[in-house]
Amino acid sequence: MTTSSTDAPKVTPEALEALRADMLRFATLQLRDSHLAEDMVQDTLITALAKAEQFAGRASVKTWVFAILRNNVIDAIKLRSRTVSAGDYAAEGESLDSAFDHLFKANEHWTPAARPTDWGDPEDALREQQFWAVFDACLTRLPENTARVFMMREFLELDSHEICTTLSISMSNCHVILHRARNGLRRCLEANWFSGEAPAC
Amino acid sequence: MLSCKEVSYLLSEAQDRPLGVVERMQLELHLAMCKGCTNLRKQMVFLRGAIRRYPPARDDTPHER
Repeated sequence: MTTSSTDAPKVTPEALEALRADMLRFATLQLRDSHLAEDMVQDTLITALAKAEQFAGRASVKTWVFAILRNNVIDAIKLRSRTVSAGDYAAEGESLDSAFDHLFKANEHWTPAARPTDWGDPEDALREQQFWAVFDACLTRLPENTARVFMMREFLELDSHEICTTLSISMSNCHVILHRARNGLRRCLEANWFSGEAPAC
Repeated sequence: MLSCKEVSYLLSEAQDRPLGVVERMQLELHLAMCKGCTNLRKQMVFLRGAIRRYPPARDDTPHER
């Protein structure tokens, strides 16, 4: 024990190593490339250890390390999305869009079978490990570029203006892509996790 | 009167930009009468909340592997 704060969290190799599995799962989900994810986690751990003395102990070690990882992921995503054009998003979104259109009658109201169901108290699901496995699978099922936009918005918490600028797509296109992703994700969760009676509208 | 399809887009956009006064009124009017879209709103809110608590990235997770 040193004379300074005795029980403050410290950035030790052991503390970092304990985070590796979670970091790898997070990075793999974001990058869809297990080799790249592994390299990135390794780099992040090395960076974290090198900067250990900068860790102020205000946040937890995990929060601090994930902030570094998050920045690395954003840099990689920016690099990777440079070659994606607006047309690529539309092309890969076609089947999701057609599935979405089929949820509605000619008057654009829900068909009885497609009406969004009551998920009850979905908070319960968050405590179940199996739910998160389904969640990961549903995210992975989204088309790659669509998923990337969604991840930037929801996991990396960039605002939609920043996302549009980074990806060189229009604001309205950005909203269409995010809607496509959210709808795909919620339909997948509805089919694979939440099953309830369709409500009478 | 907005269609359910239009409401679906508005509910998503509400997570990315502030809706205008008219949009909000139209939305509330529709939701007051449509259970399906009311469920959809709850689902959208849930999705965002769930991701904010994605266990591998969060510290307060009740179940560390």
